[in-house]
Amino acid sequence: MHLALPAVLSALLFCTGLYGVLARRNAILVLMSVELMLNAVNLNLVAFDVWLSSTAEDTLHSGQALTLFTIAVAAAEIGIGLAIVLAVYRNRGTSDIDKLRDTAEGPGPDDSDSDALAAERAEKAEASA
Amino acid sequence: MTTTTLAVLVPVLPFLGATAGLLLGRTVPGLVRPLAVLPTLTSLVLAVVVAVRQGGDAAVNSATELTPTGSVPIDLALYIDGFAALVAVLVGVVASCVQIYSTGYLRDDPRYPSYAALVSLFTSAMFLVVYSGDLIVLLVGWEVMGICSYFLVGHYWETPEARAASIKAFLVTKLGDVPFLVGLFALAGDTGSFRITEILGTVANGGLDHPTLIALLLLAGVAGKSAQFPLHTWLPDAMAGPTPVSALIHAATMVAAGVYFVARLLPVFQASSAAVVVLAAMAAVTMAGSGLAALAQDDIKRVLAYSTIGQLGYMTGALAVGDRGAAVFHLLSHGAFKALLFLAAGVIIHAAGTNSLAAMSRMGHLRDRVPDAYWTMTVALLALAAIPPFSGFFSKESVLGAAEQASAGHTASVPAAAGWLVLVSGLLTALLTAAYATRLWLLAFRGRGVEAPDHGRQPLTMTVVLWVLAVPSLAFGGLAYRVLPDWFDGHDLAPTLTTSVVGTGVALVGVVVTYAAWRHTTALAARVPLGAVAAHPEGDAGLVEAEAIASHAAAYGDVADAPDPADPGRLLLGPLHRPAAVGFHLDAVYRVLFVRPVEAAARLVRFLDREVVDTYVRGAGALARGLGDAVRRAQTGNLQTYVSALLAGTVVLAVAVVLVATGA
Repeated sequence: MHLALPAVLSALLFCTGLYGVLARRNAILVLMSVELMLNAVNLNLVAFDVWLSSTAEDTLHSGQALTLFTIAVAAAEIGIGLAIVLAVYRNRGTSDIDKLRDTAEGPGPDDSDSDALAAERAEKAEASA
Repeated sequence: MTTTTLAVLVPVLPFLGATAGLLLGRTVPGLVRPLAVLPTLTSLVLAVVVAVRQGGDAAVNSATELTPTGSVPIDLALYIDGFAALVAVLVGVVASCVQIYSTGYLRDDPRYPSYAALVSLFTSAMFLVVYSGDLIVLLVGWEVMGICSYFLVGHYWETPEARAASIKAFLVTKLGDVPFLVGLFALAGDTGSFRITEILGTVANGGLDHPTLIALLLLAGVAGKSAQFPLHTWLPDAMAGPTPVSALIHAATMVAAGVYFVARLLPVFQASSAAVVVLAAMAAVTMAGSGLAALAQDDIKRVLAYSTIGQLGYMTGALAVGDRGAAVFHLLSHGAFKALLFLAAGVIIHAAGTNSLAAMSRMGHLRDRVPDAYWTMTVALLALAAIPPFSGFFSKESVLGAAEQASAGHTASVPAAAGWLVLVSGLLTALLTAAYATRLWLLAFRGRGVEAPDHGRQPLTMTVVLWVLAVPSLAFGGLAYRVLPDWFDGHDLAPTLTTSVVGTGVALVGVVVTYAAWRHTTALAARVPLGAVAAHPEGDAGLVEAEAIASHAAAYGDVADAPDPADPGRLLLGPLHRPAAVGFHLDAVYRVLFVRPVEAAARLVRFLDREVVDTYVRGAGALARGLGDAVRRAQTGNLQTYVSALLAGTVVLAVAVVLVATGA
């Protein structure tokens, strides 16, 4: 089998995953897309390992070993990721990524903070006066 | 012990007393009074011993160099001639009397420990000035006295008058001290030494390159310290301090430091005839102006303050006509009777509950309440008015005699014009002095009206001191005028017939005219009720005085003046009364010349700081804020946006790397 076939397949897989990560709203689908990207990489690893071992005297199959390692790490990652999504859903009632914007910087939360401080100071001054 | 060791101990003891008093004042209150009185008394004894050992013979002159100080060496030097020995005794006597008097006067004052320590420090500084043979060491004492005066004038800092007066005293004397310092450096530059003996030696050989400049610069400092025109305005206001402070600092010692300084360096001033004429003119204006102003004051202490300025004018006048013996003679006798006048005035203010002469003139039997103050003050006022045989007569006559000699052209290096100036203004001032002394006595002790309140006898510490000082006021002049020439330059100090007759004559005229004016106006006193007394008459004298000072402006509309038609001074001065009461508007002139420009400069600095400098500071802050706002807009919180940006960045980098790698 020619090397181009698995390479093209893995590129397609990776792009699909990338599209999913960038465009999907549901956090679970985003995680699935991440899995797709990982598996595209795994496919590349296996394919190039076979290609290298057929041309050179490489008997270690380090590509396949690394694939196994990646699968194990991905399993752990998806476990934690799904747990987080579950917790978020329980907490917020949604797993829509567009609605999880707690880290957004507003137009000027600092201003409101300083306003609050000034008001507090004025209150203190009144109390002491 | 050698005379030098004793002389060193004289300034050191009060200094140690002051340090101990400041350190232990709060923790061991029982030690404060001994620590205040004993070192000063010991110093007095030592000063007397030094004076006896020196005996008017060759000057005690010793020096030790503490550390090399560059081109012009500064030595810890002593130079004790007859002048120094006697002035030190005067300082010791007055300081001891004041310390003893203060224990009664400020009996209940919570700040007495720091007060007593500052008085001790002041005494120590004055001894240093008197004994020092090196001008820089003298300057140290000179400035320490200035700062002590600032603190002590502001002793009642709760009252706005005292705060303003202390700042004014400090700033006005500094106005003179800056040229003084420059003058000292110029003098050292010309003579190559700060030692008085070497300077006098160089001057005697004519080695002074800029005599007029140096003399005028030094005169500025002398005018500030000795309250001579035009830098005298701080002294009347300094009466906002406690009375003992007025007696010690603003009558007997500190203000005499300027006169003493000129007396020590008289040849330097005489090297320039312009300086001598300026000195004479300064003395003449000071004498006459202060006499008129004293006649218009309502506050008993301000009358005495202006009289101090006038008597210091006599001393500078004597220096201008080249007779420092007469100047220091008058300094000594004036120190005694003026300290007595102030201390007696403190007793009177305590008894009457007011410092206003107008209020006292409406009080009957005040003299029966304070018999000690009445008799001693009478003695002191007679001495002030130069009635024979009181001590002021002899010292004033020695000044007038010296002026008469100079006006006849008998004194070398003194222009006859200076002699005439001093002589004429001296006689005029003798008239005015007698007039205001009589006015003070009549208003304070011959009042009619409601009986003065009876607060019991005055503390013994306050009355005994008055009698101690009454002795030299009565007899010092008559006993000393034959002996003193041996201690001084050898000039004869005996009164001459002409000036005695004329001087006593004008003084008697002043007394009689004032008495007549008083008889004429006193009937009005009953028709115009006037007067306010202190709220706590049972308090100690310091409290009563502070309240009297604080209430004067509120009760009479002015700190110096009272609208009293029964005042003989008003009749005598006529249209001059109003300007004389406010010191001839000199304060207003100072306000225009110095205060307003300084305030305008302050406003300019404020504008530059707030509007210009702050604009840059605020701009720097606003710039960072604006940039932060712009960057903040990118933070949408949407994870996918971030990842998209990351991808775009990666692609761009990858394309760039490829392009670079392929060499396109």
